[in-house]
Amino acid sequence: MDNGKTPLLDELEKGKWPSFVTELKKAAKKSPIAAALLSQLEASYKEKIGHWKPGGIVGVKGYGGGVVGRYSDAPERFPDAKEFHTFRVNQPAGFFYTTKKLRELADVWDKYGSGLYNMHGSTGDIILLGANTANLQPCFDALSEIGFDLGGSGGAMRTLSCCVGQARCEKACIDSMNIIYDLTLHYQDSIHRPAWPYKFKIKVSACANDCAAASARSDLAIIGTWRDTLKIDQAAVREYVAGGLDILEQVVRKCPTTALAWDAKKKELKINADECVRCMHCINEMPKALHIGSERGATLLIGGKAPVVKGAMIGWVLVPFIKLEPPYTELKELIDKIIDWWADNGKTRERVGELIDRVGLSKFLKAVGLKPLPQMVRAPRANPYIFWSEKEVTKNE
Amino acid sequence: MSKTDFGPPDYRELIPPVIKENYGRWQYHTIPRPGVVKHVSDTGAVINSVRVASPRLVSSDFIRAICDIADKYCDGYLRFTTRHNVEFLVSDENNLQPLIDELGKKGYLIGGVGHSISNIVHTQGWVHCKSAVTDSSGLVKDMMDELYEYFTGKIKIPSRLRIAVACCVNMCGACHCSDIAIVGIHRVIPRINDELVSRMCEIPTTIASCPTGAIRPNPKIKSIEINADRCMMCGNCVAVCPAIKIMDPVNDGVSIWVGGKVSNARTPPMFSRLAIPYLPNNPPRWPEVTAAVKNLVEVWAANAKQGERMGEWIERIGWERFFKLAHLEFTDKHLDDFTHATTTFRSTTQFKY
Repeated sequence: MDNGKTPLLDELEKGKWPSFVTELKKAAKKSPIAAALLSQLEASYKEKIGHWKPGGIVGVKGYGGGVVGRYSDAPERFPDAKEFHTFRVNQPAGFFYTTKKLRELADVWDKYGSGLYNMHGSTGDIILLGANTANLQPCFDALSEIGFDLGGSGGAMRTLSCCVGQARCEKACIDSMNIIYDLTLHYQDSIHRPAWPYKFKIKVSACANDCAAASARSDLAIIGTWRDTLKIDQAAVREYVAGGLDILEQVVRKCPTTALAWDAKKKELKINADECVRCMHCINEMPKALHIGSERGATLLIGGKAPVVKGAMIGWVLVPFIKLEPPYTELKELIDKIIDWWADNGKTRERVGELIDRVGLSKFLKAVGLKPLPQMVRAPRANPYIFWSEKEVTKNE
Repeated sequence: MSKTDFGPPDYRELIPPVIKENYGRWQYHTIPRPGVVKHVSDTGAVINSVRVASPRLVSSDFIRAICDIADKYCDGYLRFTTRHNVEFLVSDENNLQPLIDELGKKGYLIGGVGHSISNIVHTQGWVHCKSAVTDSSGLVKDMMDELYEYFTGKIKIPSRLRIAVACCVNMCGACHCSDIAIVGIHRVIPRINDELVSRMCEIPTTIASCPTGAIRPNPKIKSIEINADRCMMCGNCVAVCPAIKIMDPVNDGVSIWVGGKVSNARTPPMFSRLAIPYLPNNPPRWPEVTAAVKNLVEVWAANAKQGERMGEWIERIGWERFFKLAHLEFTDKHLDDFTHATTTFRSTTQFKY
């Protein structure tokens, strides 16, 4: 066993930014499993290599995922890190907590695990890092008791996440928190029992600023928008200008479609609503003076993902505008059609965007019953190799 | 058996009363000081949010410590942001200054709002990931020790700057759409343990996992072989076949990418593009990476116009000018040779020297 000294990691307790090493040490004082992690991490720093073995399936009763198996590749050196499994715990929408709820969570995790967390993981879950196999079921039972359920892993719908939305943002065009809470409850089986070719992620951002990085990080991105005209409070505009905002340079000239004009004489900001593409820039610059429109809904984008396997993609427009009111029936029906088609046609480890890339957007749209629209493309095709079906031509006998 | 499939705690029971009462009614916000956002509702109600840095990897002690603070000043309500910061939700404005004072006294860094460098979105690294080439938490700590004054607002910058770290090319964490991204990379093709392949791996799945078709079967020894010319060290085969190893402490390293964004404000979302193909993996302080990132931040801050994100600035001046200003070498590694390569080639005679 290593001697427990951590000279390399100790370096990372210096400096102004809060130190994860200090956190590891705090946990290590109370938990042998956290102490083992600290020693193993020091070894990784020294040897420049990770010490976790690939794979290992573990779980709790009734679930096909939500717990990620992790084993040390050097259990003789770090015996307490031999089993170091992770719980993915579904976070509350918008990452809101009461201190009571967080303390209950900490009490459970101190009892059964390392006392270490990621708040939060890349997908959005609370990540509880490091429990041994024997403690998994009792730990889940205790989590269940205090109202925390597991998130997704493997070829499943992954834990949904969203921006803060209407809870605390004036730009929210949709109720992002309610949408993911509703969808999460609706898709419990799909989240907890992996049955698909690969992961499927849904994220919701309540406006086009996309604070949840939905277009980059989810197979189905739901992004709030509006269809009428943004609202202008001219008195508040004048307030910003009087306060020193260079409205021509910082607002009008940055409008991507030159939809804005500033009448310096009348001190009035004008918008050509037909030209506005709702990019959010002017609203971001003058939140007190400009507001999202009244006819609100969302744009849906399909296919966003990181590089595995065939390269990173940013989601493509699938539905330019959809109204989103509970119980979100139209949205759920569309999600089901998308997933059915992908589950039937996707190869192992092929995300829905890659499948669309492989077989063509046209086939996908037909399968899910959507009409092609110019909003879906940057430009129409530039090559003449067009597919025609027999139905579209006259039979020449 | 315990209750299953009940979903996350209901957010409606976790939001403070002022949010419940003003849900969907917020009218505007101001930033009264760096790290503090004041939201005002159409009812005139106000909530102040105080944002502090977190290392993301935290202990129960950390959680209880922020709970103590939230109990004292926020009626027991707090939240986390999508970039791992903690936000104290202050309903009573009289508590704002005392909260800020106590946070300052206890060494919490307040910031990450508006035109700033917010917390770095990052992955598990050596702490917990089986495919980690490097340690994300360590890289974040090193960079933010150097850049924290951009978080606290002491140093002003033209726009927001979003940094992400991924410990391998799987790029968990929006690295492909960040102003600056740090990504762990391999530079040597995987090694195959032939004996284990037949025992541990499904050969057709392993062959199919390769995005460039570099893997072929070797039926004589019931194993596979890799065509070195076609292997781009992505690690996909390693993910499906544990008998293949790719880790190489001598040659693995870190790459740096720039110019991505997810927001639609002004310009469409953009991919991050390769700036530096390789820097050594040099824990615990990764001085080469930290210096390179600092250089990128400073070059952008000195040259971008007010409100211009990294990618917008580079698009305006051109990549050829960017490489010159940032003193970076343009190499064969910068030429894309994967799925969407031709979309990156230049088809105009318009360029600069």
